[in-house]
Amino acid sequence: MTILLVLVPIALALGGLGLAAFLWALRNGQYEDLEGAAMRILSDDDLAP
Amino acid sequence: MAEALDLSSFVRRRDDGAAWMDFAVEGISDAASIRAIEAALCKLAGLTKARINFSARRLHVEWSSGTFDPARIVADLAALGYRVHPFAPRAREEDLEAAQARWLLRCLAVAAFAAMNIMLLSVSIWAGEVSDITPETRDFFHWLSGLIVLPAAAFAGQPFFRSAIRAIKARSLNMDVPISLGVLLALTMSVVETARHAEHAYFDSAIMLLVFLLAGRYLDQAMRRKTRSYAANLSALRAPVATRIEADGEIATVPAAALRAGDTVLVRPGERIPVDGIVIDGRSEIDQSLVTGETAPCAAAAGCEVYAGTLNFSGALRIRVRAAGGGTLLDEIEKLMDGALTQKTRYLRLADKAARLYAPVVHTMAILTAICWLLAGRSAHDAIITAIAVLIITCPCALALAVPAVQVVAAGALFRAKVLLGAGDAIERFAGVDMVVFDKTGTLTLPELGLDSADDAAPAAVECAARLALSSHHPLAQALAARADERMPLDSAEEIAGVGVRAMIDGQEARLGAPSFCDLEAEAEQVRQAHPEASVIAFRRGAETAVFRIRQKLRPDARSVIASLQAQGLPVAILSGDAAPAVGACAQALGVEQWSAAMRPQEKIAWLAARKAEGRKVMMVGDGMNDAPALAAAHASLSPITASGLAQAAADALFLGERLAPVVAAIDIARRANSLMRQNLLFAVVYNLFAVPLAMAGLVTPLIAAAAMSGSSIVVTLNALRASRAAREFAAPHVSPDPAPEPAGSPRFNGATP
Repeated sequence: MTILLVLVPIALALGGLGLAAFLWALRNGQYEDLEGAAMRILSDDDLAP
Repeated sequence: MAEALDLSSFVRRRDDGAAWMDFAVEGISDAASIRAIEAALCKLAGLTKARINFSARRLHVEWSSGTFDPARIVADLAALGYRVHPFAPRAREEDLEAAQARWLLRCLAVAAFAAMNIMLLSVSIWAGEVSDITPETRDFFHWLSGLIVLPAAAFAGQPFFRSAIRAIKARSLNMDVPISLGVLLALTMSVVETARHAEHAYFDSAIMLLVFLLAGRYLDQAMRRKTRSYAANLSALRAPVATRIEADGEIATVPAAALRAGDTVLVRPGERIPVDGIVIDGRSEIDQSLVTGETAPCAAAAGCEVYAGTLNFSGALRIRVRAAGGGTLLDEIEKLMDGALTQKTRYLRLADKAARLYAPVVHTMAILTAICWLLAGRSAHDAIITAIAVLIITCPCALALAVPAVQVVAAGALFRAKVLLGAGDAIERFAGVDMVVFDKTGTLTLPELGLDSADDAAPAAVECAARLALSSHHPLAQALAARADERMPLDSAEEIAGVGVRAMIDGQEARLGAPSFCDLEAEAEQVRQAHPEASVIAFRRGAETAVFRIRQKLRPDARSVIASLQAQGLPVAILSGDAAPAVGACAQALGVEQWSAAMRPQEKIAWLAARKAEGRKVMMVGDGMNDAPALAAAHASLSPITASGLAQAAADALFLGERLAPVVAAIDIARRANSLMRQNLLFAVVYNLFAVPLAMAGLVTPLIAAAAMSGSSIVVTLNALRASRAAREFAAPHVSPDPAPEPAGSPRFNGATP
């Protein structure tokens, strides 16, 4: 069962990574305009020409 | 637009000096329009950011220098065919709500993350219990669960803890008190039990409870935010602009919201007056139906008081924006409003009622359990553990979702039926309605004037007169102009102020306007005799003559809506500020027996109070400023979106569009939602009837608690989804429009003789 000492932290770290990514996206305003994001899927005006 | 548009009052500044403002955008429907608008704005020098929020239909722009004029944005986008309207900075409330939504979502994310990880551990323990888990591993898993849950619950539980503390400070109980208590006790007990190497810990129950409740609360808030932002956009779209006369005599177009008391504005014929004020110069006639419900225009001259939303007919007026004063109609109405609002006993919401019953019962039950176990000779530890298990299993997961889940679905259904809900508890009050009272002008009738007698005149004459009318600003002519098939005004047309329009058509002079202008006074007099409520407008081209009747028309489905309300057993009444003949004719046309005319605002309130004393729950549907106190005083209230600002603020909900059908839809959907709420509450009671005895007997394990909680939440949520079925019925035209045109000789109502 010592394998748990490795696996459990890995599982938690991976989940925590997902949570951190979500909170970052939330803070970054990516959930402000869900429909607009779908509309902009083909526009590339965020890239430098 | 020759005059400059002054938007400075809408611009807001950030700390670093950058300026920004928001616009509501009309007519964006796809990716191409987003690109077109943003690309066009990118080219404007000085603008640092332009971004469209498609979900909210808003445009956000930022610029750094002080020299940029945001009016250029309006002009440039108008050239592209997009209309944008400055968004009034009442957004502070909205900012707060957006922050609240983000906070709830963050709490939900943390709770859900913790719940997923705990389930991983809990399932292992449950599975281990029937196989070969060692006590050491189980303890390890319990400690690990506690390590994850305790910080997560401390963070994600804040919305409930704060609300519970507020409620206790106010010496009342809400649903959050038993929730907070349940979560805290479950966590404390689990930590103690884990320390004692016990078999059961309830970390998973506590966090799962938080996830379910946060999800419900977030959805509830998101729905309300969506409705509110939609309503705010609509009001920005309809926000009037005013022509302000500056100190140096120049005129500038400004949004009416930017006017200050003491400013002077110019109102041309055919325009709506943008503000409350005093006429300082000019002479005209004013249609005050939005204020008093009266359709006969009244004369306005220097010194007269005029109100926002009224329609200026014949002459240009200069108006001084009103400073706070006393003794005017507006003050009187505001005083009545305050009275009505304080008298309205605060409606006790279903959920709060349930919470008041629920919390004491559950807590007594837990204490009783502990006492019984002690009497039965068990240890204090066992007694307390069982009592806490009772609290955990009864934790009002289903109960706390029972009402909000239905409200979310029903609010969505109402939204699709074109009803925008203002107050959260309005659904329950709509459901209780047993009588409907309508205002006449602007509510049963359309807010715009319409041509009534086109069937008497030759179609060629109607078309010709309508094209002439395109060149006029007079409201009567504009009602006629709506009938023109060809939308190009005639080149030779000239308007003679206060008299009419004339033009040469095929070498023949055509005239449209006052009867005297067309030598048709005798004919016009006949028409007036026959239809005293209609306004007349005369037309002559050579020998061809016509006298048109212009009046406010009934909403297209008014008759069938009233019939369907009556068929449901709801008595219908009309209370109007208009004169008796017009109201009587309207009531007869609609088959309404109970009506009162020439009602002043306080008489409307008194009438409603009398019905209330009889035990009736009245729904008031009205739009005028004079209806606002009655809307506030009624059990439930509804306003069309064209209503005066005061009425909109007083109403529980607004409805969109020309049709009256949303009134029926609102009552129907609310009734269905209410019965679903009651079903859900009943289900929660039944669930507790089964679960509580189990818990009291000490038979509840964490596995049973988890299954019971998620099971009951899912049942309640699925049941709530049925509320949207009602909406689908209303998506198809539920109430058929009345047969048009009106049969000849049908009672005439409304209108005025100029």
